[in-house]
Amino acid sequence: MSAQPILELKNVHSGYGSIKALKDVSLKIYPGEVVAIIGANGAGKSTTLMTICGIVPLEKGDIFYNGASVKNIAPEKLPPLGLCQVPEGRRIFPRLTVEENLILGAFYRNDKPEIQRDIEHVYSLFPVLGERNRQKGGTLSGGEQQMLAIGRALMTKPKVLLLDEPSLGLAPIIIHQIFDIIADINRNQGTTILLVEQNANLALQAATRGYVLETGQITLEDKASSLLHNPEIRKAYLGE
Amino acid sequence: MDSFIQQLINGITLGGIYALIALGYTMVYGVIQLINFAHGEFFAAGGYVGVIFLSFFTGLGYMETHPILCLTASFALAMMYCAYLAIGVEKIAYKPLRKEARLAALLSALGVSIFLSNGLMLTQGVYDKAYPSELFQGGFSFGIITIGYLQVLIVCLTGALLVALNLLVFKTKIGMAMRATAQDKTMSALVAIGSNKIISLTFGIGAGLAAAAGIMVGLYYGSVRYDMGFLPGIKAFSAAVLGGIGNITGAMLGGLIIGMVEIFGAGYISGEYKDVFAFIILIGVLYFKPTGIMGENIDDTRV
Amino acid sequence: MIQEFKKIWKQYAITMLWLLGLLWPLLGIHPDGTLSFKQTVNVWSYIFAGTFICFIFYIINKSGNFEFFTKPVVNTSQKLGDIVQAMPSWIWKSALLIGAIIYPILTGRYPTDVVINVLLYICLGLGLYVVVGLAGMLDLGHIAFYGVGAYTYAILNVQYGIGFWVCFPLAGLTACIAGCIVGYPTLRMRGDYLAIVTLGFGEIVRIILNNWMSLTNGPNGILGVKTIGILRPVMENGLTFEIFWVKKLEYFYYFALALAILTIIAVTRINFSRIGRALEAIREDETAAELMGVNTFYYKLLAYAMGAVFAGFAGALFAARMKFVSPESFTFLESVMVLSMVVLGGMSSIPGIILGVIALIVLPEVFRELESYRMLVFGLTMIIMMLFRPSGLIAAKRKKMMETKS
Repeated sequence: MSAQPILELKNVHSGYGSIKALKDVSLKIYPGEVVAIIGANGAGKSTTLMTICGIVPLEKGDIFYNGASVKNIAPEKLPPLGLCQVPEGRRIFPRLTVEENLILGAFYRNDKPEIQRDIEHVYSLFPVLGERNRQKGGTLSGGEQQMLAIGRALMTKPKVLLLDEPSLGLAPIIIHQIFDIIADINRNQGTTILLVEQNANLALQAATRGYVLETGQITLEDKASSLLHNPEIRKAYLGE
Repeated sequence: MDSFIQQLINGITLGGIYALIALGYTMVYGVIQLINFAHGEFFAAGGYVGVIFLSFFTGLGYMETHPILCLTASFALAMMYCAYLAIGVEKIAYKPLRKEARLAALLSALGVSIFLSNGLMLTQGVYDKAYPSELFQGGFSFGIITIGYLQVLIVCLTGALLVALNLLVFKTKIGMAMRATAQDKTMSALVAIGSNKIISLTFGIGAGLAAAAGIMVGLYYGSVRYDMGFLPGIKAFSAAVLGGIGNITGAMLGGLIIGMVEIFGAGYISGEYKDVFAFIILIGVLYFKPTGIMGENIDDTRV
Repeated sequence: MIQEFKKIWKQYAITMLWLLGLLWPLLGIHPDGTLSFKQTVNVWSYIFAGTFICFIFYIINKSGNFEFFTKPVVNTSQKLGDIVQAMPSWIWKSALLIGAIIYPILTGRYPTDVVINVLLYICLGLGLYVVVGLAGMLDLGHIAFYGVGAYTYAILNVQYGIGFWVCFPLAGLTACIAGCIVGYPTLRMRGDYLAIVTLGFGEIVRIILNNWMSLTNGPNGILGVKTIGILRPVMENGLTFEIFWVKKLEYFYYFALALAILTIIAVTRINFSRIGRALEAIREDETAAELMGVNTFYYKLLAYAMGAVFAGFAGALFAARMKFVSPESFTFLESVMVLSMVVLGGMSSIPGIILGVIALIVLPEVFRELESYRMLVFGLTMIIMMLFRPSGLIAAKRKKMMETKS
């Protein structure tokens, strides 16, 4: 593990108007890691990711990416730096085709042949997308949409990929497929991954480290394997 | 029969003009869900700037020597002027209200509309301003049917602009980004599409098209007036809604339908009530298909 | 101070440069083939000087340098507000009423005229409030019902000689029928589709008024509408009654006042009734309201018809006061005015809307001196008010209702 975190949140407070969703959240993510944030509904997991990406305004604290503060950078300037999010609910563009969705992932890039190669790469990761490349995004099934969302994020060439509930609403077999791909992205491309999940078991198995978020605060931080065997965690999040 | 064909030609001419204006409404609505009431004024401003430049070139004497060049230059300058106007208006009067209630932006748009049309009146006078009349006199005659050179020009130019817009929106990356921004602004930001730039671009293109329509109306009817933006504006908006608001193909189709209905209504039913037919068709179509001809179900966002 | 507001200064500078670029083609390019800059720069420097002063005030106010002045004002107004709240409501209500009653006696003809206008627009605004504020339907053609009411009275009176008191309910009735005719096919539409249809309807009414020569006398309008007549007892030889024509503006004022008060009472009752709650439910979430058993179509039509009735009544009174109606009085701009009043008033409070009406009627009167610049100023005021108070003068308690879905 290198000394300098690639992404760091320092005492972050944020929220929606008068509702404070995050209270003093600090995180450190090192290059090459898979970090999971687990927590119940409404604990502030998605808000954490949205705050990192600048969509939810930061009220206090600071966010560092590669050692530089990104708190005053507009959301659309972050993907070119290598910070990309797959938001909750996938949010693919429903009235654009699969291929157009992928091309937009590479919106800031101008290297056409490279983009074409990356599209082929995404199709090789998710062959079903290649079969349906002319279909409108909105006509895909939930699992295919999730694949498209991840594929689109890969098109931005992320160094850090933020994944919000990739398992939400999907059949177990698809979930395993997707988590395999996530592990693959981390292993083969060296992409750092910050994973937010309600499905704690799944997330902690995939992750190297984990944070537990409760009502907007980090209550626990440990190796994923220790969290998996932590009796309190097992009781609270793994249903034992 | 002959008069039918004549009316058809007139209808296509007028419909094309409405389609050009309707596109601005539909594109802006698609991207920020705002009925841009100032759009009719962009159209009027385009007509005025067109006549200003045309008379300027006439005054310089270039009009006799290089008529096509002067006309092209006037179109280009007026379109650029209106794009400049629209982008500024969006930044000043709409952008700060993007997160507020939709009615706030709507009223601001109405305010801009009143402001601009009165601004035009104060700078350009209350009376009609005539277009140089010697342009494009005459036409092709087939028996009793006449197609004016001007009509040919208008139809060709409208067609070219519509094709260009379609290529831009459906074939280029920036067009893809525009459609993406219309569908999901947050997600667009997450894939590095800056919505502010896209919105400015949308306003610019929409106003440019309206400006072209403004010059065409000026050439076709021979003059412009400071309040000429209002009726064509709301008819073009009706056209956009008729086609399914937010849908570019729909706006073109809606424009043509409204233009035809108006010309045929005036020709066969009553000239005095020609402005009514557009609205009656609109209400009739929406009664049977509440989302417009090509519209998809929009969100239930209310006022 | 300059550092602190660097961004605002920059924006202001860019705006002024933009305006210069905007003005020059309009003023500096001449048909004789010459270019000039003098006039453009002249006009621009006037605008620049004007806006610069306002801007400086804005900056000083923002930086808190006016606190010595604004703070006491805010404090006193708060104290006053507390006192008013502490009093039972009937005290200030009756104080307001007395004030309204003695108003024409204290002032002259012109101020009374302005206030009659305010009172009529209160009826219109509150009618629109039921449609837009309560039911959440954007209506851009509300003035059409005002026109229907006014023309009903004018036509019945001039052509058939029917008096005001018969025509008054008839004006409400015809407006109501017109509302149902428009509402029935259109109210299944949602949001902005409804907006354009109502706008179209407003235009249809205006065009019909303009063209149906035999009935409405077209653009010339109808002249010689009789004012209100009331029977008053005469004690000369026994007790007989004679018709008294309300010709004096001061007397007329009381009729407008009575109608406005009745409208306020009626709309307040609707607001807190079962109907009001149903309409609010529809505004918040139409689908949910329908699932809860609210007959959404019926209630929407009811709201639309009620809004039309208030406008119709006001229209009849308008015709009686002007003694003349013409299509010019019922343009889209008037619909915009009424809508602005409702939105400016904060969309969902009756006092707010009354305040909005007063602001938008009285302010332009103040600017009457500006003559041809009046509408320019009006447009500008609308933009600025929305930029600074986007949720209205008295913000709605539940602002959420109009928030956009993001």
